[in-house]
Amino acid sequence: MAQTTGQRYRVAPVRPRGREWPFPLNLYQSAVGRKWVMAVTGLGLIGFVLIHMIGNLHVYEGPARMYEYAESLRSLGGGLVPQGTVLWLLRLGLLSMFVLHLHSAITLSRMSGNASEKAGRISGAKKYEGGRDHLAATYASRTMRWTGPIIALFILYHLADLTWGWWLGDDFVAGDPYHNVSESLGNLPVAVLYVVANIALAWHIFHGAWSMFQSLGVNNPRYNHLRRALATGVAGLILVGNLSFPLLAQAGLIDEDGRTCPVGEVQGNACLADQASDH
Amino acid sequence: MSSPSPVTPRLDAKVPVGAIADKWQNHKFSMNLVNPNNKRRFDVIVVGTGLAGASAAASLGELGYRVKAFTFHDSPRRAHSIAAQGGINAAKNYPNDGDSVHRLFYDTVKGGDYRSREANVHRLAEVSVDIIDQATAQGVPFARDYGGLLDNRSFGGAQVSRTFYARGQTGQQLLIGAYSALMRQVAAGTVELHSRSELLDVVKKDGRACGIVTRDLLSGEVTPHSAHAVVLATGGYGNVYFLSTNAMMCNVTAAWRAHKQGAFFANPCYTQIHPTCIPVSDDFQSKLTLMSESLRNDGRIWVPTTFDDARPAADVPESERDYYLERKYPAFGNLVPRDVASRNAKTVCDEGRGVGPLKNGVYLDFAAAISRDGLEAISDKYGNLFDMYHRITGENPYEQPMRIYPAIHYTMGGLWVDYHLMTTVPGLYCIGEANFSDHGANRLGASALMQGLADGYFVLPYTIGDDLAGLLGQAVVPTNDPVFTEAVRGVEDEQKRWLSINGTRSVDHFHRELGRIVWEYIGMARNQPGLEKALTEIPALREEFHSDVRVLGSAETLNQSLEKAGRVADFFDLAELMARDALEREESCGGHFREEHQTAEGEAQRDDENFAHVAAWEWNGDGTAQTRHREELDFENVALAQRSYK
Amino acid sequence: MSEGHGETINVTLKVWRQDGPDATGRFEVHHQAISTDASFLEMLDVLNEQLNEAGLEPVAFESDCREGICGTCGVMINGRAHGPQRATATCQLHMREFRDGDEIVIEPFRAAGFPVVRDLAVDRSPLDRIIEAGGFISVNTGAAAEANLTPVPKEAADQAFDAAACIGCGACVAACPNSAAQLFTSAKVGHLGLLPQGQAERWSRTESMVEAMEEFFGSCTNHGECSEACPKEISLDFIALMNRDYMKAKIRNRSLAGQH
Repeated sequence: MAQTTGQRYRVAPVRPRGREWPFPLNLYQSAVGRKWVMAVTGLGLIGFVLIHMIGNLHVYEGPARMYEYAESLRSLGGGLVPQGTVLWLLRLGLLSMFVLHLHSAITLSRMSGNASEKAGRISGAKKYEGGRDHLAATYASRTMRWTGPIIALFILYHLADLTWGWWLGDDFVAGDPYHNVSESLGNLPVAVLYVVANIALAWHIFHGAWSMFQSLGVNNPRYNHLRRALATGVAGLILVGNLSFPLLAQAGLIDEDGRTCPVGEVQGNACLADQASDH
Repeated sequence: MSSPSPVTPRLDAKVPVGAIADKWQNHKFSMNLVNPNNKRRFDVIVVGTGLAGASAAASLGELGYRVKAFTFHDSPRRAHSIAAQGGINAAKNYPNDGDSVHRLFYDTVKGGDYRSREANVHRLAEVSVDIIDQATAQGVPFARDYGGLLDNRSFGGAQVSRTFYARGQTGQQLLIGAYSALMRQVAAGTVELHSRSELLDVVKKDGRACGIVTRDLLSGEVTPHSAHAVVLATGGYGNVYFLSTNAMMCNVTAAWRAHKQGAFFANPCYTQIHPTCIPVSDDFQSKLTLMSESLRNDGRIWVPTTFDDARPAADVPESERDYYLERKYPAFGNLVPRDVASRNAKTVCDEGRGVGPLKNGVYLDFAAAISRDGLEAISDKYGNLFDMYHRITGENPYEQPMRIYPAIHYTMGGLWVDYHLMTTVPGLYCIGEANFSDHGANRLGASALMQGLADGYFVLPYTIGDDLAGLLGQAVVPTNDPVFTEAVRGVEDEQKRWLSINGTRSVDHFHRELGRIVWEYIGMARNQPGLEKALTEIPALREEFHSDVRVLGSAETLNQSLEKAGRVADFFDLAELMARDALEREESCGGHFREEHQTAEGEAQRDDENFAHVAAWEWNGDGTAQTRHREELDFENVALAQRSYK
Repeated sequence: MSEGHGETINVTLKVWRQDGPDATGRFEVHHQAISTDASFLEMLDVLNEQLNEAGLEPVAFESDCREGICGTCGVMINGRAHGPQRATATCQLHMREFRDGDEIVIEPFRAAGFPVVRDLAVDRSPLDRIIEAGGFISVNTGAAAEANLTPVPKEAADQAFDAAACIGCGACVAACPNSAAQLFTSAKVGHLGLLPQGQAERWSRTESMVEAMEEFFGSCTNHGECSEACPKEISLDFIALMNRDYMKAKIRNRSLAGQH
């Protein structure tokens, strides 16, 4: 008897609602919730990138300090748990954040695509056939879907390069990050690749770190104006720090000229360990 | 042409007996009620979703009636109630300045120039306070003072501060409140919502309204809908003038088609002119924009003393400026009532002292206020309005005076209704601006919103039950009944007819030409020769319209010219009736100014002896003149007096 | 006097024509001489008059109040929702914003949730669907308490008003690269959620309105185009408020609401 929603409105849902999932999975069901997940994982990933960058600054203190830093990561958790456990847990956490960040990005962008591009396709037009002006959207906000994949691909390359040592071949020495970094970044094309990828990363964070506040609903007119400044600051810091590695490597600041310990002793490089403890 | 109508039986408004202050209270008790469980057995159609329609549909839905709400807009939130700027009156007496229900009642009757029904106006004043409570509870963000309580201001020359407001968007906020109440009932399933559906006929069976016929504006489909009662809340007819402050789509069609089915049309000549609108700038102008009346609190109105003065305002020395309102009305000055301010603007423009490129405006000058209070103070008060003026005219009102001119703004006439808001067709109700309303011959500022919501929230939901109670157990007339199939065929034929004329001029062309006639002869000032001229020019133009209009396209899609054709056709008929009504009302009152009837000082001269009545016109079929009926107005509580603003 | 009184300019209009929701559309080019005093929609009125005279069907576009308050009008003008002037609805835009010789591209608001009805007219009823889902305070007629019983801090009332100023035109959706309706929805959530009267339903309202919104519109990526296009300049802050309230609504156990 009563009029149904479909009789009332001519426009059918673009994304019909399904059954609600049990808590807390239902949070991920809505776009707002998914965006929240993206923000939280984004925050985690920014944290990782920052720490990773700061840690890597040890490279400027030479091979020994770099070695010590790498060792300290492996021995996180002290004697409480077996060596490397905490590091692996962190890696797992990082991986899941990364996967969630990626998954939410892909699905939300597909949802938005359905809600926007599809509009034009019906009538044989792009969303705006006559082009459109962007007044507020920054170049960064509009290129998240490009900088994102660039960063993802770069991370794979980066892991293959400095963690798994696929490209360095015999020159890769597990446990001697200083050596590996100087080998890899000393190569001009690789350095260029790192520069490009890190610009993309900073670009991504420039929007992401601001957008995060909106998605999480962190909003207070008293300090809202600081959100943009903070995002710019974080993106800038990461950019400067991360770019320094390939650039300074090319400039010759990261090389093996002053090295006194031999390369090649794998686990527990005693010489480097000694040097570090002498420090 | 203007032979006086024969005297017909006095129309009975069914006003309850008793003291004015007790009528509504006592009557609420004496009316029949519909049992809560039986309400769901009644279908009620509400046409229009402005303040009156949305509030009525929502309230009826809450009571449990099965309501069908119709709007020809894409959404129920678009109705022109939304454009009201100033505020809404209520006798709350929060400022403790001596307001009361009786004072609001008194002011409204007096402001209406003693041409309204006392009992209705008193009821309006009584429920005004409930409206504020209701709207506040709905989340309408009325202006508040620093203590968090509701703020009031004085409006339109009222002697007390009783106007509640929400910045300059009171109408919008109240409409959004009523709309959200409506959508809540839509979600609850008590109200069926039909958007983009235009009423094109009212259907009767055995003398009683039993439904309507609508056209879907997107698909062109013509559909019958039946119900136990039909409520029209379809707004005013100011667009008969083509240029008015009404929205583009405002029209008289629903009321007019009801009129053709037997609903009497009352006081069509009562139209209100708003003095502060932006003057016409070009031939293609589509509508006029109102600048809030509040501007007259600080602006000074003047024209040059010399004729055809082409100098920019700044070059006219003080000695050559005529502040004519301050000169003629030293007591009220620039704050004289709307009709007085309007007529005086027309007089100086007709004299050839108008300003602006088309010599069709008067100055509203803020220079004095700016030098007295500072630019910032003026900008705080009127910034939004100044910006809007700047956008529309390209002139900066901080630097040069605004140009203003009167324009049609509101229509006090409309379908005649009794105390129950029922028209002369049983089962057919009319609320809001569409009925002949509680405003008499002139509406006070901030009273339109009050009346629309009073009707919808607090009057109709009671009175409709009294009538419906008698229908318990009766089914609605099925929509396959011949009365419906015939009405549907009539509407379909009408659509085909417009499309088949295939003349040479657009609907808008004829509408604009009609507007020129109506504005010229049935505008701010009327006289017998002019009205008689209108009565020959309107039918001639109508004939041309029906034979030479060009409506392209088909009836099966969105076709805006086709929609307009039917509306303009009804405006033609209405315009003729307005002229006749104005001609027969041999007096001046409120918005109706007959040049033959003025005091030595040029003020409106009422004739209470012969015209203290409502004129309600009965349709007698195409080509036959309507019959004029009278509802005598008795003033037992407010003494008739001449208005004076000197 | 001021600039450009009565000056006539010639513009080239590229107008989107589409016969119906499922038809393929196209641009139609018209050359139009028009006074700079005309409003943008009056310019289209004049065009339609000429089309009608030439025996061609007029361009369908929607407008009503022409005072920038009813929200009926709205087209994309040169790639901007409501055209080049800030805080101005299409009906309030005047031709003095354009120069002689300009090409003006006019397209409908596009979004899958706003299918084209004809030419420049679109169906924005999903916005009503969102309001229906909870954009109200449940108070029956007659059930309201005395209005001054509940003082509302002026700041809260003012902020609620800033949100309530929304005219429901859909420019936010049109301007959004994702066709998201976050600004529209959050304006209503903010309006009612900031007032004491709206507290009882604050969480359920936010939850159901957001979920209704997501049936029709895209996901917000915080570009800020919506606020820029909004004729009422509604702030992005309301989106943040809605996001926060939505997550709170989802996570909180509302039966415990009375315990703090």
